Amino acid sequence: LPKCCSSTGGCLPASWPVQPAGRRVVFMGDDTWEGLFPKKFFRSYFFPSFNVKDLHTVDDGILQHLYPTVDSGEWDVLIAHFLGVDHCGHKHGPDHPEMAKKLTQMNEMLRSLVDHLGNDTLLLVAGDHGMTETGDHGGDSEKEVNAALFVYSKTPLFVTVPPEEPEAIPQVNLVPTVALLLGVPIPYSNIGEVMAELFSGDGDAVSAALQQLSVYHINAKQVDRFLHSYSLVAQDLPAEQLQHLQQLFSSAVEEHTQLLAQVQGATLVPPELESRLGSLISRFQLYLREARALCTQSWARFHLLRMVGGCTLIATSCLLCYMASELSASSDSFYRSCLLYPLLWGLMVALLLGLAHAFTQEGLDLLLVSSWAAAASQLGFFWHWWGRHPKQRLQAWLGLAFPMGILLFRCGAMFSDSFVVAEARVAPFLLASLVMLLVGKLHWDGRLTVPEGPKQQFLGFSSYRREIWYLLCLVAMLLICVRLSGFFHQCREEIPQCRPSLFLSPLASLRNTRAKNLFYLLCVVLLAGLVYAVRSWLRHYGNLNSSDPLVLFVRWGFPLVVLCIACYWAVASSADDSLGKLQELVQVAVVAFPWAVYGLASMGLLLLLCNPMTVFAKDTRESPGSIVTPYLGVPTSEVDFLHVIPQIYKRMQESQKSRLERGSCRATVAAYGLGSVYSAALVIALTLLGFLLMLLHSERLSLAFLLLFLEAFVLLHIHSRARGLPFSVPWYAVISWLLAASQFFYSTGHQPIFPAIHWNAAFVGFHLDHSTNLLPAVLVGANTFASHILFAVGCPLLLLWPFVCEMPSSQKKKPKKEPREELQEVEEHMMEMRLRESPEKFSTALLQLGLKYLFVLGTQLLACVCAAMILRRHLMVWKVFAPKFLFESLGFVVSSICLLLGISLVMRVDCAVSTWFNQLQLR
Amino acid sequence: MKEAEIRRLLAANLLCVFTIILTAVVPSFFWDGFTVLGTHLAWLCICSVCVSTLNIILHLVLKPNQSHKRSSFAHKISRFLKCCIYFFMSCILFHAIIVLYGAPLIESVTETFLFAVLLSTFTTLQCLCMLGPNVQAWIRVFSKNGAMSIWESSLQITTICSILGAWFGAFPIPLDWDRPWQVWPISCSLGATFGYMAGLIIAPLWIHWNRKQLTYKSR
Repeated sequence: LPKCCSSTGGCLPASWPVQPAGRRVVFMGDDTWEGLFPKKFFRSYFFPSFNVKDLHTVDDGILQHLYPTVDSGEWDVLIAHFLGVDHCGHKHGPDHPEMAKKLTQMNEMLRSLVDHLGNDTLLLVAGDHGMTETGDHGGDSEKEVNAALFVYSKTPLFVTVPPEEPEAIPQVNLVPTVALLLGVPIPYSNIGEVMAELFSGDGDAVSAALQQLSVYHINAKQVDRFLHSYSLVAQDLPAEQLQHLQQLFSSAVEEHTQLLAQVQGATLVPPELESRLGSLISRFQLYLREARALCTQSWARFHLLRMVGGCTLIATSCLLCYMASELSASSDSFYRSCLLYPLLWGLMVALLLGLAHAFTQEGLDLLLVSSWAAAASQLGFFWHWWGRHPKQRLQAWLGLAFPMGILLFRCGAMFSDSFVVAEARVAPFLLASLVMLLVGKLHWDGRLTVPEGPKQQFLGFSSYRREIWYLLCLVAMLLICVRLSGFFHQCREEIPQCRPSLFLSPLASLRNTRAKNLFYLLCVVLLAGLVYAVRSWLRHYGNLNSSDPLVLFVRWGFPLVVLCIACYWAVASSADDSLGKLQELVQVAVVAFPWAVYGLASMGLLLLLCNPMTVFAKDTRESPGSIVTPYLGVPTSEVDFLHVIPQIYKRMQESQKSRLERGSCRATVAAYGLGSVYSAALVIALTLLGFLLMLLHSERLSLAFLLLFLEAFVLLHIHSRARGLPFSVPWYAVISWLLAASQFFYSTGHQPIFPAIHWNAAFVGFHLDHSTNLLPAVLVGANTFASHILFAVGCPLLLLWPFVCEMPSSQKKKPKKEPREELQEVEEHMMEMRLRESPEKFSTALLQLGLKYLFVLGTQLLACVCAAMILRRHLMVWKVFAPKFLFESLGFVVSSICLLLGISLVMRVDCAVSTWFNQLQLR
Repeated sequence: MKEAEIRRLLAANLLCVFTIILTAVVPSFFWDGFTVLGTHLAWLCICSVCVSTLNIILHLVLKPNQSHKRSSFAHKISRFLKCCIYFFMSCILFHAIIVLYGAPLIESVTETFLFAVLLSTFTTLQCLCMLGPNVQAWIRVFSKNGAMSIWESSLQITTICSILGAWFGAFPIPLDWDRPWQVWPISCSLGATFGYMAGLIIAPLWIHWNRKQLTYKSR
C-alpha cells in the first residue's frame, strides 16, 4: 500500500517509522525533521520553520512540490508537514481573517490532492495538537491535546457504517498502524494499539475479522516483548500487574492458535466463528489498553523519601532565614560563627561525600551531595544559634501576628485547588487587606492622630494630622492600582466562563485599524510618561546634574530606548501584506529595533556598573576665603537652578572643619543628589529592566507594567510613612512587596500553567531559528517571571526609600524651629547618607532585608511543595498543583538571583561612594 | 452600677441578635418562597431595615450617652439630616471599597450596594446612634484606649467583628463546591451578619471578663 501522510501540524516525529527498509520516503516541510532524521529520506524538501510569525514560507514551498511529486509516483511514503495553521494560531489566534485564509488554503490543497491520489493510496491528515483560545499550545488542556484525524482512501475502508460520533484515538496508535500498513515491523518501544478499521480489506466480514486479528496478534506480541525486556532493565513496573498482563496475553495467544487451527480445519461455521473472532479481538484490545494504562501510570512515580527530605530542607532553610534575620538585629558579631562556619561545615561534608563516592566507585549523585551539604551547614547554624538566641518577648510575637497571619492565609491557599486556580484574585485581595490592616493598626495605635492636648482631652475629641489625607490618598491609589491590574488576567480552563483579557493579544491581531492606532498611541504615550516620571524624580532629588556618562544616558538614552520600542511595536503590529514592497525592510526592522533596545539597555546597565554615582559635586574650595553656606537656599546661577535640592554631607563638613582648623581656607563642597544616590542607581536599573521586559511582552501589557511601577511607588511611600524603627524593614513591608510581586505575575498575563506561557517572547529580535536553546529559554523565562525580577531587584528600595522620603517632612518643620536649631536641621538632610554614617548597621539591615525576603519567598515555596507532595494522588495534581509547584520554584530561583543582584548593586554603589569621598578628601 | 450597665448592654444586644434571627424566619410565614438564600436581596433589605429601626429605638429608650445640653428642634432636625447624609456616604464608601476589593464593577450592582447598606447598618448606623455625626468622636472611639464607656467598647467590638466577618465571608467564593450560598454577595453578607451577631454576644462577655482592667476615663 503506497501511502501519503499530509500532516497539518508537526507529528510526533520520534514515533514515525522513517525510512523502513526498501521504502522510498519523501518529505517536504518543516526543517526540524532534518535535524531529527538526517539523511534518512529518499528525497526531501526542507523549509525554514522556526519563526512563528512567518505564515507562508513552508506552506508555499510544499505546495510547489507536492503535486509534481505525487504525480511522479516515485515514493512509498510522502510526508508533507504544513506549518501555516500552527503559526497563524500563534500569531493571530483562531478567530482571525488570516486564519480563515489559511484554512481555506489548506482545504483547497486537500481537495486537489484527493484528485491526484491513486486508488491504492491512503491519505492521513493529522494535527499533532489543537490550540487554545489564544492560539497557543504546549499545555494539557482539552482544546490543545485534541486534534482532528482524517483518513481517506478511494477504496472503501469501513465495512460497517462509520459511527456518527467519531471516537478519540490516542496519538500513539498511529505508529503501529502506519508501520503495519507499510509492511514493516512495529517499532520496538511502541505501546500504541493498531487502528483495526484500516485493516479490514475488501473481503467479507470473516476475512476482515481474521485480518484484524492477525494485526492485533502482531501488535500484542510486540508490546509483550517490550514490556518483558523493559521490566528486566527497570524495576518500576509493579510485578503483580505485569503478571496479570502476562496471563492475559498468554491466554489470548493460546486461544488465537486454537482458533486458527479450527479455521484451517474449517470446523467452525460463520455465525459462531464471527462471535469468537470478535471476543478474541476484544481480548487483545483489552490487553493492549491495560498495558498502555500500566505504563502511563507507573511512569509517573514518586520518591517519597526524597520528597520529605526536600520539604524538610526547605522548612529548615526558612527557619534559618527567620532566625538569622532576628539574630542580625540583636547581635553584631554573629556573622562568623553563625554564617561562615556553617558554610565551611557544609563544604566539608560535600567534600567528604565526594571522596567517599570516588573511593566506592559509585555514581556521584549531585543532588544527594548538595542536599547533604545543605543539611550539614544548617545543623552547624542551629548549633551555633542555640548558644546565643535572644529571648523573644510575647509583645514582639503579637506585633508579628498581623502580617504573618496574612502570609499564613496565602500559604494555606496553596493547598486547595480552587484557591490555586483563583490565585490571581487571592493575591490582590490579601495585599489590599494587608495595607488596610496596616493603616487601621496605625490608627489604632494613635500614630496618625495629633497627640492630645489638654483641651482636646477635655472634649474627648481627637483630630488627625494633616498627613492622614496624604496617607489615605496613597491607600486609595494602591487599591485602585490593585483593582485595575485585574483587567490584565489570563484565563485558566478550570474557569469556563472566564474570558481572557483583551490586552493580552498582540496589536497585530486587532482587526479594527482605528482601535489599533489608538491603543498604539496610548502605549507609546504611557511609555514616554514613564520616562518622564523617572527623569523628573531623578531631577527632583538632584541626580540629573552631573555630566557623567550614566546621567547622560538617562537624559538621552532613555528617550532613544522608548523610540526604538515604539518603532518596534509599530512594525510588529502592522498587517502582513499592507506594506507591499517594503516587506523586506520590515523584516529587517523587526529584528533591528529589538536589538537596538537590547544594546542600549545593556549599555546602560554596564554604565551603571562602571560608575553608579549620579552625584554632582560643586567644589568651592578653590576660592579661598569664601564662606559657603551649606544650604544653598536661593538659586544663584544656572547650574544651581537645575539642582533643586542640594545635599550636604556631614562627614564632608567635618573633614572640612578639620581642614579649617589646620589650613586657612574655609570652604565646603555641595554635592547634589548624594542623598538619593543608592535609590537613583536602583531606579535607573529598574527602569532599564522594565524596558527590556516590556519589549518581551505584547504591546498593550505595557499598561500593566506602568501600573506595576505606580503600585510599587505607592507601596514604598506608604511604607515610608508607616515605618517605625530605622534600619530595619518591618515584616509587613516585605510581605506586601512579595504579594505585589505575585499579583503582577498574574497581571502581566501569566498563569502557572503551561498553555499560558508567552512563547512569542523567544522571537523578539530573532527572525529565524535560534542556534541554541539557552537564549530562547532566557527570553521566555524573563517574560514569565517579569514581575518577580522587577520586585526582587527593587527590594533594597524598601530599606532606602524611608531615608529618601525623610527630607520633605523635616523641611516642613523648618519654619517652626528656632534659629538655634538650624544647624541640626541641616544635619537632618542627610537622607541616605545616614546609612553611611553607620556602615555596620547598613550592612546588617541589608542582610536582614534579604533574609526576610528569602524567608517569605521560601515559606510560599514550602507551602507549594508540601501541597504538591501531600496531594500527589489528587485528581488535579497534573493540572493544578504540579505546574504551580514548577512555576513557584522557578520563580523562587529567579527571585533569589535577582535579589542578590539588587543587593550587590547597592553594595557596588556603596563602594563607588566610598571612592568618591576618598577622592574628595585627597583633592 | 457597672454590673447593672453590663446587664442592660447584654439585654439590648441579645434583642438585636433575636431580631436578626426573626428577620430570617418570620417573613416566610407571610411570603411563600422566601428564603435567606433564594430571595437574598429581599432579606438584605428586611434585615437592614429591622436592625436599623431596632437600633434607633434602643438608642432612644436606653440613651447610653446622656447629653446634658438641651437642643432646639431645628438643631435636632439638622442633626438628623446630617446623620442621613453620613449614612448615605458610608454606603457609597463601602460600595467603592468592596468594588476595589474585587467585586464585579458593572454586573450585580444592586447586590453589591445592598451589601454595602447592610455593612453600613452594622457599623456606621451604630456609630451614628451612639456618637452622632461627630467624626472626631468616631476617631477617638476607634483608637487604643479610646472607649469611654462600656457602650463604646461594645461598639468597637461589634464593628470590628462585622467587618472581619464580611472579610472572611469572601473566602468560600472561589471554592468549587457549587453551593447556593457561594454566590456573590451571599457568603459575604452572611459572614457580616454572623460576625455582627458574634460581636453582639462577645461584647458584654468580654467587658464582663475584663471589667477589672477596663477603667474608662471620665469626661
